[in-house]
Amino acid sequence: MDITLYGLMMYGLALLTMMAIYGVLCLALNLQWGFAGLFNAGIAGFFAVGAYATAILTAPESPNHLGGYGWPPLLALPVAMALAGIIAWPVGRICLGLKGDYLAMATIGIAEIIRLVFKNESWLANGTMGISTVPRPFESLGQPWGNLAFLALVLAIVIALYFSAERAWVSPWGRAMRAIRDNETAAAAIGKDVVRFRLEAFVLGAMVMGLGGGLSAMYFKFIGATATEPLLTTFLVWVMLIIGGSGNNKGALLGAALVWLIWSGTELFTNRLPAEWITRSSYIRTLLIGVLLIVVLQRFAKGVLPERPPKRID
Amino acid sequence: MAEFINLYLIPGIAIGCIYALGAVGISLVFAILRFAHFAHGDVMTLGAYIAYSLVAAFGWSVYAALPFALLGGAIACVAIDRTVYRPFRRAPGIIVVIASFGVMLVLRSAIQLGWGVDVLAYETGIRRPLPLFGDIRMAQKHIIIIAVSIAIAAALHWFLSSSRMGKAMRAMSDDADLARVSGIDTERVVRWTWLIGGGLAAAAGIFAGINTKLHPGIGWDLLLPLFAAAILGGIGRPYGAIVGGLSIGIAQEVATYPWIGGDPLVPPAYKNAVAFFVMVAMLVWRPTGLFKGRVL
Repeated sequence: MDITLYGLMMYGLALLTMMAIYGVLCLALNLQWGFAGLFNAGIAGFFAVGAYATAILTAPESPNHLGGYGWPPLLALPVAMALAGIIAWPVGRICLGLKGDYLAMATIGIAEIIRLVFKNESWLANGTMGISTVPRPFESLGQPWGNLAFLALVLAIVIALYFSAERAWVSPWGRAMRAIRDNETAAAAIGKDVVRFRLEAFVLGAMVMGLGGGLSAMYFKFIGATATEPLLTTFLVWVMLIIGGSGNNKGALLGAALVWLIWSGTELFTNRLPAEWITRSSYIRTLLIGVLLIVVLQRFAKGVLPERPPKRID
Repeated sequence: MAEFINLYLIPGIAIGCIYALGAVGISLVFAILRFAHFAHGDVMTLGAYIAYSLVAAFGWSVYAALPFALLGGAIACVAIDRTVYRPFRRAPGIIVVIASFGVMLVLRSAIQLGWGVDVLAYETGIRRPLPLFGDIRMAQKHIIIIAVSIAIAAALHWFLSSSRMGKAMRAMSDDADLARVSGIDTERVVRWTWLIGGGLAAAAGIFAGINTKLHPGIGWDLLLPLFAAAILGGIGRPYGAIVGGLSIGIAQEVATYPWIGGDPLVPPAYKNAVAFFVMVAMLVWRPTGLFKGRVL
């Protein structure tokens, strides 16, 4: 096969895999923000819990960190999700009776604490060096088939999540969620347990974020301190959802694909800059993403694919 | 005892002053504009770097650069409000919070582009702490941080309690619509809110830079204790924010004292966790804060 064509294909595979992983995270945030109007500023925390849990359960034994349990990757993912959910529950329990901004402050706090734990407890996850021996499913198939099979796995997960989310959107559960989001008092007056519904959306969303973290750890075969930084998870996912269209599952996926294309596309461009600019290129990208977020919020707050009111029943 | 005061209590008060200056801004923005300003930490960083540029360019002492950086932070905040936040005045509060995420990204990456990511210092060399009385010693930087903070707090108190603008701010904080129909120019109040919040944030950022070292994440790292301080004091209560900031600062430092056995009670790396637990405890037991602030 042609060398450049092969390289292009591998690049395309990497691009699609990342889009799919971000798709998982965006669907999770849409569940919290789009469905229930919950402002989670700590995506990075739940992502990190899922990623580290997957890494510790599956990575081979090492003197540098906890591990050597040798779990099969696909069994580790549910545990990663459960752990993220267990951490989300008390946070939600405390904050969801209060209004939005409190949840934002508390989630940014919990993400910060989780970051500190993984950074400082080197026995747990090798501190800032991270865990670099995370197995990836299907890697025994070699390139490119292993990468292709992994992409297929992530895509299957995204598709399953998408259809569940679409089903949830039109279900009584989704309707109650939107009712609470749009008018809490009215929803409570007709007997909806506001805090309980919110807690369900928050914990479910956090679990899916943990799943995204687990998939990411597998894909990179590595999890380290950079992954707990809020930029690439919390902020980028928010930008994706807002640009794609919150309250619309298709929009969430489109936003993930679009913003990741911009993000990694600018990398292709900035890598051609003179050497002294390359180190700064990632800041230019961050600047661009920040400006994009503000402009979209001001001009097209509903995103590319806005939320659609449910069909009328005649 | 002297060790406790010298190494834990006094640094705690100094850090508490930094938190207080930042938290007042967060609390004021909350009272007037009704949203949690997530970019506040990065405004602090901006102020600290403006001061650094003046120190580096003119060879000034950082204390001489302070007023100019204060002005810079204040003007930057007004400019940000004009370009970014103003279109959202009638939008639900939480949308503005997302916009402040964008501001945070822009500010931080602009700082990283303009000043680089290396750790910087306002001055090099070590100064010996000054003996006060007995065994009590105080680092010069701590004396200055605490003294200037007290002066700023006094000026703020005068402004809020005695000036017409301070009165207008209190009116708008109580009821924005009522303030508007009473003929108060609410946009002017908003402008003053940002001037004060931005100036205080710049001062806090500079003090944080003096206290440790300067790096692009310095403000972001302080965001959690700032929110904790604002909640502890009662959201929308500037005096509460001062008390909250001091309490959180002292609590964080004192928690690292070896109260039980020879090891620090809380490892220093987990200082921010102390702030987080204070915040969570307040949300559970008394979301209005110590000073009966607003519950959102």
